[in-house]
Amino acid sequence: MALLQISEPGQSAAPHQHNLAAGIDLGTTNSLVASVRSGIAETLPDIEGHHLLPSIVYYSKNDIPVIGHAAKPFANINPLNTIASVKRFMGRGLKDVKTTGTRLPYDFVENEGQGMPMIRTVAGNKSPVQISADILTALKKRAEDTLGGELTGAVITVPAYFDDAQRQATKDAATLTGLKVLRLLNEPTAAAVAYGLDKGAEGIHAIYDLGGGTFDISILRLHHGVFEVMATAGDSALGGDDIDRVIAQWIMQQANIADDAEHHHIRELLDIARTAKETLTLQNIAPLDIQLDDAIKWQSELTREQLNELVDPLIQKTITPCRRAFRDAGLTVNDISEVVMVGGTTRMPRVREKVGEFFKRSPHVDIDPDKVVAIGAAIQADILAGNKPDDDMLLLDVIPLSLGIETMGGLVEKIVPRNTTIPVARAQEFTTFKDGQTAMSIHIVQGERELVLDCRSLARFELQGIPPMVAGAARIHVTYQVDADGLLSVVAKEETTGVHSEIIVKPSYGLQDNDIERMLKDSLEHAQEDVVARTLREQQVEADRVINALRAAVKADGHALLKHHEFLEINNALNELLRIKQDTDIKAIKKSIEHLDEITQSYAQRRMDSAIHHAMKGHRVDDFTENT
Amino acid sequence: MSLSTNHFEVFDLPISFDIDTEILAQRYRDSQRTVHPDKYANAPERDRRLAMQKATQINEAFQTLKKPLTRGLYLLQLQGIDTNDSNVAMDGEFLMEQMELREELASIKQQANPLDALSVFLNRIEQHQQHLTNTLSQQFAQKAYQSAHDNVRKFQFFIRLHEEALRLEEELI
Repeated sequence: MALLQISEPGQSAAPHQHNLAAGIDLGTTNSLVASVRSGIAETLPDIEGHHLLPSIVYYSKNDIPVIGHAAKPFANINPLNTIASVKRFMGRGLKDVKTTGTRLPYDFVENEGQGMPMIRTVAGNKSPVQISADILTALKKRAEDTLGGELTGAVITVPAYFDDAQRQATKDAATLTGLKVLRLLNEPTAAAVAYGLDKGAEGIHAIYDLGGGTFDISILRLHHGVFEVMATAGDSALGGDDIDRVIAQWIMQQANIADDAEHHHIRELLDIARTAKETLTLQNIAPLDIQLDDAIKWQSELTREQLNELVDPLIQKTITPCRRAFRDAGLTVNDISEVVMVGGTTRMPRVREKVGEFFKRSPHVDIDPDKVVAIGAAIQADILAGNKPDDDMLLLDVIPLSLGIETMGGLVEKIVPRNTTIPVARAQEFTTFKDGQTAMSIHIVQGERELVLDCRSLARFELQGIPPMVAGAARIHVTYQVDADGLLSVVAKEETTGVHSEIIVKPSYGLQDNDIERMLKDSLEHAQEDVVARTLREQQVEADRVINALRAAVKADGHALLKHHEFLEINNALNELLRIKQDTDIKAIKKSIEHLDEITQSYAQRRMDSAIHHAMKGHRVDDFTENT
Repeated sequence: MSLSTNHFEVFDLPISFDIDTEILAQRYRDSQRTVHPDKYANAPERDRRLAMQKATQINEAFQTLKKPLTRGLYLLQLQGIDTNDSNVAMDGEFLMEQMELREELASIKQQANPLDALSVFLNRIEQHQQHLTNTLSQQFAQKAYQSAHDNVRKFQFFIRLHEEALRLEEELI
């Protein structure tokens, strides 16, 4: 009986089955994992009761990495092997690394400024993706131990203002841990979900999210369960870390500590700075007692007024993106019903004060700003895992930064403007510059500036095999497709001659697919799991997905949408897949799925169209009743 | 709904410049609720791809129809009019007016209270756009596509001017 209830295409999970899913907030300073249990979304504590997992990884020569609270004490003793705030390096280059004093925080491996910097540790060179993967592994394990089973997937949050390289790096980190990413979700959107569902709020809301290392402002319209992001802006390198840094630098000046102080001294100063900042949330004065070694001793205090003076320029840096977001949304501060504060740094009284001034109302702080993002992610993960087939929540998000292409003279031609709702596809035509030109170099960039140099370079590739023609005769069709995770793929095609030269590029900023494969292999060997066995399992899971979805579909509307001979053909192919997937031939399973996909393609199209048609008809009835 | 379905058909709306944007938004949400890739997170790969294509098409249709300028451009394209032809002369009086507006915008920076002056300026441009929207509505209703095309071009000038004014605002803040 229960099976008959599946009428929505795509909802293939059997209703009685509860799929374990988690929401993960992979933060700069702290990370969290949350899940929906007995209908309640909550963050999951570790065995000691800590909900927050400090995003710190300590690498030692022979042991597995130490993550979280246990890694913290190593930061001052062994600073070069204890990596904190790795999120700041995700999808970034060495030139983006900020320093306190003049030394780089870690021992970076020279890589000619290409791609993400690797960090030299006693356990080998580690890319930010691998370090993030180690944090994700700890969270995944916590979730699986608590929930008592393997996760079917997770929603991982990213700052809304993350560019394509940063998003891709995050997804790669999840791939390394063997975690299925149900969706990359923007942090402010996740917070809106947690907040909106909690309050049943409607209207236009601003989410001000100032975390450890990133700042986002998102303006959303909430309407009957639809969360429509109208505009987003931010700074993916601005947060509590920077506040700690200005305080530490202030102390260094006051106490005459040299700019090239030892790494462990800098780490200690940053710790003292953070403690002082936290003290000043409730107190007016924070004592400072610096004793780095026998030579460097200094005692003083930091007042809240002094702190305010130090942080005001940083807070001001968050207000400009707020203005920009309003402008892009075509709104003013007066259109906002509520402002929600997210992220640990919004605990600072000065941040609340300044934000309140700008928005002309006191911001909401009633959900724990550290947990709200993970909770929102858990709510969406629960839905995406198929546990709530009747839920009609819908998140419509945007890309934060324009995507463009390099044209003559190092200029950027925008192809997808910022704040376009995703998924989106945009195409542009280009032509050759010289007679007989057979290749074209395509450079994909992201950012708002007019010069390529001022934008982030995401990928370069060459389209080859263009038939020789006079200059200007070729028609090169370049399509940018951004999926619902905000990830880009680019296809280029030469069209005039019918000789399609096509290439698909997924920018990965320094990490190639084979790098990922290699790292995946390494990590699996480490976990003593066989790659082949895993690929087989994945293929079998996909086969089950195809079979379940098709069975549910045929049961729901096969009688209406399938002709008799189609039904028979599908039935045969389905039985074949059922037979083949018992076996261990990965290729055969793949081929059988492809065959089934091919013969059901038009049926799947018809189902979606019929569903859309149905949805619109449904609302027309609503219109009628609403109007009468 | 194939990929060649026109944007109005996507939302089951009559092909017209005058549309009820409330109904458009409502149907947009209803159709996205059905095909958005989130609704297919657990579906087989092929269905996920298909959902992304549909959701992309629906987004494109909505973005195009939502704003008067892009809607106007699209209607002209449906009539087979080449809207990318840049070799069309604009009427002299209009160009003069545009030049004056640009000069005015350029002088705002030097004013005593540039943000206030800019706000007045932006309001005026928005009024021009509203006026053009009303004119387009009449012209499309009368199937006067040539005149509509002229006004769509004028609209493009105002949109660009508006963008420049907003860039200045960003500079000033």
